[in-house]
Amino acid sequence: MLTVKILGTGCANCKRLEQISRKTVSALDLEAEIVKVTEYPEIMAYGVMSTPGLVINEKVVSYGRIPSPAEVTTWLNEAQKAA
Amino acid sequence: MSTATSQPQQDSRSWLLVSGVAILWLLAYNIVEPLANWLAYGLFSLPEGSHLGEALAFFFYDVPKIILLLGGMIFLITLLRSFFSPEQTRAWLGGKREGVGNALAALLGVITPFCSCSAVPLFIGFVESGIPLGVTFSFLTATPVVNEIALVMLFGLFGWKVAGLYLVSGLLIAVLAGVLIGRLNMERYVEDFVWQVKAGQIDTPNYKPSWTERFQIAWESTKEIVGKVWLYVVIGIAIGAGIHGYVPESALAGILGKDAWWSVPVGVLLGIPLYSNAAGIIPVVHALMEKGAALGTALAFMMSVVALSLPELIILRRVLKPQLIALFITILAIAIIITGYIFNLVI
Repeated sequence: MLTVKILGTGCANCKRLEQISRKTVSALDLEAEIVKVTEYPEIMAYGVMSTPGLVINEKVVSYGRIPSPAEVTTWLNEAQKAA
Repeated sequence: MSTATSQPQQDSRSWLLVSGVAILWLLAYNIVEPLANWLAYGLFSLPEGSHLGEALAFFFYDVPKIILLLGGMIFLITLLRSFFSPEQTRAWLGGKREGVGNALAALLGVITPFCSCSAVPLFIGFVESGIPLGVTFSFLTATPVVNEIALVMLFGLFGWKVAGLYLVSGLLIAVLAGVLIGRLNMERYVEDFVWQVKAGQIDTPNYKPSWTERFQIAWESTKEIVGKVWLYVVIGIAIGAGIHGYVPESALAGILGKDAWWSVPVGVLLGIPLYSNAAGIIPVVHALMEKGAALGTALAFMMSVVALSLPELIILRRVLKPQLIALFITILAIAIIITGYIFNLVI
């Protein structure tokens, strides 16, 4: 079971990242929980200053941009193997 | 990532594509004026010098010209911005003294890419890492005060001198606001939770995009921004064209001219609650100026509308107590009023 966290206060970019993550998770047919982190102290605790941020199993994989679905796929697969 | 073509190959293809588009852009930009005249005076066979003919020629010329300019310049600006990041900026600002730090922060504020919803995390991240409050303010003030859409529109409608003056005075305002807030020791008017945030460390390095990706980023945001503002441009220019064609010369000199000293502060005060984007307001301002409004008055109004926007102030309220917000608005309003007077004196 993977935990995917979207760090961001809910602007357009954060929503796009959430969409990409959801699609990728279902395309890979993974068991994953997708959590939206919207509180500033919690976002900052990951060291992320520029949103949106993407955290997979508590590891920050990207921040300040919207990664491509291909990248998200790679990260999800890596996390799945490590788990 | 892709196996079919290597990254250098892909990048040279992208360069070729971008160069091709740039040539097309230049061609289009150069046929706009003859085309507009032909449309207004040829196709619609309106007599030259007539009210409607002038208004239409103005409209047909300005709309494509401004939209082309916006597209091209936003692309270049975003491309340039893709070489900067908030994290890098924070590292550069760390340990800088007041003054130098404020100037650097204002410059970096203009060029560092971040979306408006990142303003609060950035504020916390900067302050938390020990960057002085005043320097952080210079950084965050520069972004709305020097608005890139306003800059491009001023360049397109007024020329590079006015655009340059706007850029320089915006930077000065950001430096000044930061220095003042730093000197006044406003730290206690920052919400308490900000000082308690403990930021974590990320070991993920900042992403380094390839040229192809940089072009893609620039293209995406060009599409997004032009898609968002084109309608305002059209409406603004339509109103401007109407004023251009129908309002008599120097009709406004009495109320908006240089001698009406009170029009600068009134314009700025009016601009604070008004929230519009630069795209809609600048064509109107341009037309008003042709009819006798003074440049300083017009620019001060525009800066106030664009820089002091309620939505942004509401976002900042999350981290700033009302006293500091009030001080911030006051400093900006006074600085913009002074800028307006200086412009009216100089030009």
